[in-house]
Amino acid sequence: MAELRLQANTENLEQVMGFVEEQLAHTGCDTKALMQVQMAVEEIYVNIANYAYSPSAGMATVRVEVEKQEELEQAVITFIDRGVPYNPLEREDPDVSLSAEERPVGGLGIYMVKKSVDSVEYKHKDGENVLILRKRL
Amino acid sequence: MTITKNKDGSRLLVKLSGRLDTTTSPQLERVLLLDDIHEVIFDLEELQYLASAGLRVLLSTQKKMNAKKGTMVVRNANETILEVFEMTGFSHVLTIEHD
Repeated sequence: MAELRLQANTENLEQVMGFVEEQLAHTGCDTKALMQVQMAVEEIYVNIANYAYSPSAGMATVRVEVEKQEELEQAVITFIDRGVPYNPLEREDPDVSLSAEERPVGGLGIYMVKKSVDSVEYKHKDGENVLILRKRL
Repeated sequence: MTITKNKDGSRLLVKLSGRLDTTTSPQLERVLLLDDIHEVIFDLEELQYLASAGLRVLLSTQKKMNAKKGTMVVRNANETILEVFEMTGFSHVLTIEHD
């Protein structure tokens, strides 16, 4: 298991992405799965950076574990912050069948996360938002 | 990300290479000057990665072009990027072409 703790701001996005990529470098993760994981990590982290402590600032923790069971490998990526309690999974999915004119610009991030990984779990525990992504590699 | 713009009259060709993400999307938004443009072509052949922030720029550009009865084409996106368009319904919103 590896853990990165840093100021939750978008300036640190590159550091988060680099950290996750490094942790997955020694797995059998193909390019497509890697991009899906990166997409999910970016959306979740940017959400925390933009909203968790707004308008003030705070820390976020990103944890990466690679679980192996026989032939199967799974990445478990956990995000922890102590900001306002927020469950992004309660957000209603956008209607992706709408035309350009009917669509709002934005609101796709969490939906893309749900579609890109195998499971997303949220809990609020001891004053912390804990969000866990699981993705088979 | 590298943005290469090529303007020819009212036609603008925008070549994106690298990553269109939370950090780089505002850069693209800043350099997309569409006032006298009626045709926008995004060449995504060298685009490796696309996040929702990038989709926002593409959608708002599409809306602007629709509003002024212009056209917008997205060209040569790789398979992974096409899957993102598929997943988000952008495949119905954008005009997607391949050379």
